[in-house]
Amino acid sequence: MPKTIMTVDDSASVRQMVAYTLKEAGYSVVEACDGVDALSKIDGDNFSLIITDLNMPKMDGITLIKELRVKPKIKFTPILMLTTESQNEKKMEGKTAGATGWIVKPFKPEQLVAVVKKVIG
Amino acid sequence: MIDSLQQAFIEETRELLGELEITLLAVEDAPTDSELIAKLFRALHTIKGSSAMFGFDDIALFTHDIETAYDLIRNGKLGVTKQIIDLTLLARDEISNMLVKTGNHTQINEENTKKIIESFREIVSGFNKTGKKQTGDVAEQQGSVKKSNEKLHYFHIRFVPGRDLFLTGTNPLMLIEELREMGNLVLSAHFDKTPDFANLNPEECYCYWNVFLKTTKSLDDLQDVFIFVADSSELTFENISNEIPKDFEIDFAKLQNLISQNAQNYTNDFRAVLKQYFTVEKQEKITEVNTTLKQTQTSNVHSEADSVSSIRVSSEKLDELVNLVGELVTIQATLSQVALSNNNNDMISIAEEVERITWSLRDSALNIRMLPIGSTFSKFKRLVRDLSNELGKEVELSTDGAATELDKTVIEKLNDPLIHIIRNSIDHGVESPEERMKAGKPSIGKVHLSASQSGGNVLIKIIDDGAGLNKEAIREKAIKSGIIAENAELTDSELYTLIFAPGFSTAKKVTSVSGRGVGMDVVRRAIEGLRGSVQVSSELGKGTVITLKLPLTLAIIDGLLVKIGSDHYVLPLSSIEECIELTQDDVKKAHGRHVVNVRGGIIPYINLRERFKITENKPKIEQIVIAAINNHHVGFVVDQVFGQHQTVLKSLGKYYEKVEGISGATILGDGTVALILDINKLTENEELEETKLASNSIK
Amino acid sequence: MSNSMVNETKQYLTFKLSDEIFGVDVAQVREILDYVKITKVPQTPDFMCGVINLRGSVVTVVDMNLKFGMKRTERTVNTCIVVVEVKIGDETAVLGALVDSVQEVFEIEPQNIEPAPRIGTKLNTEFIKGMGKRDENFIIILDIDKVFSTEELELVTESSNYKPEQ
Repeated sequence: MPKTIMTVDDSASVRQMVAYTLKEAGYSVVEACDGVDALSKIDGDNFSLIITDLNMPKMDGITLIKELRVKPKIKFTPILMLTTESQNEKKMEGKTAGATGWIVKPFKPEQLVAVVKKVIG
Repeated sequence: MIDSLQQAFIEETRELLGELEITLLAVEDAPTDSELIAKLFRALHTIKGSSAMFGFDDIALFTHDIETAYDLIRNGKLGVTKQIIDLTLLARDEISNMLVKTGNHTQINEENTKKIIESFREIVSGFNKTGKKQTGDVAEQQGSVKKSNEKLHYFHIRFVPGRDLFLTGTNPLMLIEELREMGNLVLSAHFDKTPDFANLNPEECYCYWNVFLKTTKSLDDLQDVFIFVADSSELTFENISNEIPKDFEIDFAKLQNLISQNAQNYTNDFRAVLKQYFTVEKQEKITEVNTTLKQTQTSNVHSEADSVSSIRVSSEKLDELVNLVGELVTIQATLSQVALSNNNNDMISIAEEVERITWSLRDSALNIRMLPIGSTFSKFKRLVRDLSNELGKEVELSTDGAATELDKTVIEKLNDPLIHIIRNSIDHGVESPEERMKAGKPSIGKVHLSASQSGGNVLIKIIDDGAGLNKEAIREKAIKSGIIAENAELTDSELYTLIFAPGFSTAKKVTSVSGRGVGMDVVRRAIEGLRGSVQVSSELGKGTVITLKLPLTLAIIDGLLVKIGSDHYVLPLSSIEECIELTQDDVKKAHGRHVVNVRGGIIPYINLRERFKITENKPKIEQIVIAAINNHHVGFVVDQVFGQHQTVLKSLGKYYEKVEGISGATILGDGTVALILDINKLTENEELEETKLASNSIK
Repeated sequence: MSNSMVNETKQYLTFKLSDEIFGVDVAQVREILDYVKITKVPQTPDFMCGVINLRGSVVTVVDMNLKFGMKRTERTVNTCIVVVEVKIGDETAVLGALVDSVQEVFEIEPQNIEPAPRIGTKLNTEFIKGMGKRDENFIIILDIDKVFSTEELELVTESSNYKPEQ
């Protein structure tokens, strides 16, 4: 049974790219276009990992992470943030909110897979 | 799929640009609307981030400064001005242009973009930029090529995670796994920080680990593993490479066992356990080695990096030692003789003891001069490579038996002959890659060097999978050069051996490397000068094997002592197979030819009395010593055969260098000098003479 | 022709070959041996007697009579082997000269040494350093470096045609 990953990003192209890359790497992927969408889909499956952008409309990434952590099911699920180099403080904020780690944009597909592997194998 | 992703990005970005335009115009009317401003920022942020991912680096670059400006604006540090809006609109247009890729170049209006960027930079320049390069980022690290030098390091890593580790979704075992993939490791897990059950919070992490890792990765690589947890954990990395004994092969399974057993007994003394393991292991190893040494006296494998102490000895001192040992061997032979003739039992047993010790001493002394041939072999790898390049061939050199030992002098003197043989193989043996492929062979030719011990000799083989020797060509050339008669019947191996005759070369092209017909006979003489022999076997189209047979040592000869006339001679024992009588009858039966019938087979012989022009004291019944030379048998007629005689070989000196058939002299127990016969050369000369005679008589 | 190359007063060991007296610079003489069995090396000229064992070393012996074109040295109680050192290129070689008898060691001054005559001796004048006068006798002083050079001694007799035994 492949592991399922949720990717949350308001940019469709980024979502698609992440989804494509991770599917090629053998994972199963569910897309959400923002925090609200993500929370509505989170109970629909057993997710091994959530990857979320930080800068999204309706609900930003940090808030999403906090919301996710409150859910018992997701309490110990790895969560990765997509950050940009100019958002160093966000990394710390994210960690405090309960994120496991981060990936810096722009990233190459191999880099994405490497970090995902690192976190969930 | 990638192209369609790019397409998706382009469409999405066009949409964004459209939105951007509308929002910009709206902001112009409501410059303090934070939502609108946030939207602007997001749009630019997305464009910048995504464009790099989809290969539009120029857009990313261009958008960078604009995004910075808007970041300041949304943080209230900058106000929206008409200039900014104008600039942004212009920028938007430029980005739109950049989206159109013709081939690999986007339509960039350099002048415009430059102006826009400069303007934005100016606007921003009043404020501190916060865009510091994050060098600790995982994504960057994964992308950059970390040099892992192949040098081995040993690390002790102590990882004490923060209590809340699990709450960040981190699985510490994944981190350990990552370490494991970097080399060999053993670890101990510690639970001493776990509170008693009443106070235990199952959502907290109390466990910590000590890891011992053998890896070629650098400290940076190790730290990367823990990048997400570094801030919230206690981490120490120590390079303990110099605590590991040199050249030590760690048995990781054994070590892990040891650690697992002791894990609960120590908490911070992980290193002490490691140390203990190394000390014990080393002791065991030493005992093991000593036992092995006692058991196997003959096979010695020297390793270049032996930390067992060795000392350098000058060759002269060594030669002196070997000389003295040689003289001891001689005089000990006399002692044995005298003891025997005196029939004194006490003397006899003492003489026997002296003989035993002398022989051991001799073996030891000669052994000191023995070196493995491996270093010679490895020199040739470079030679083969250079020659292959020079001659336009593709050749791979393989070797085996590098540990085979030879006398130091023999190895030194072998160097040039081997080089020449290899050169020949590559130049004339191995075909060009095209020819090889046409013949259905792999384009890369193989030359193989092998060394092995066989009896009192060392066999060195040079094997190539090239074109092989052309018997017809060799025959023709030999006849033309007068080396053999036209109707001469020669076995294959005799034909092949002709390539060693002086001036012989069937090479059609004379290269700078070979083909002048000078090399192979020099090679053979060199080998025979070492009391060795050369043999060739070949298969046309398949390849050639050249076998060098060399004595283990030059200094002492195992010989057969014989007498002709009033002088003694020694024949090298290794080639000798048997001795039989030669009566006058046998001679008569052969009707003038020097052959004799042995168990149905015809064996030619050389009458040494004739050869050496010895006339005195000819006995009625002579002896034939039958030797195996170059795959056939030859007999040597002598007066008397005494038996095996081991003795030190002495050179005859400068004046006798040109004499063929005598390879040296030896001093017998009674003090007289016996000459050591070079039976290979004697046979060869005899054959050459007979051939000349035969071809002369035909004319 | 070798001019008298002798400028100093030297001591010479003298020996006899048939009736003639020869001299060798004492500095080049190592020792004198009684006749011992010599092992002949085949395919060498007659004047190369062969080799002997000198305390473990193999030493070449030259029959001086034969070398100088006279009759083979007859083995008598007086026959000796004079062991000398000669220079060959940069190296020193040791060999033995088989002589009929050994005489004395004399000192001869340069003024008593005349250059070798061009004719009259059957010898290659290259071999002669000079003619030393002693009482009424002439001593032919040899340049043994030339006498025992490799060109002189390295010769190998050609093997005769092979004749099958009848």
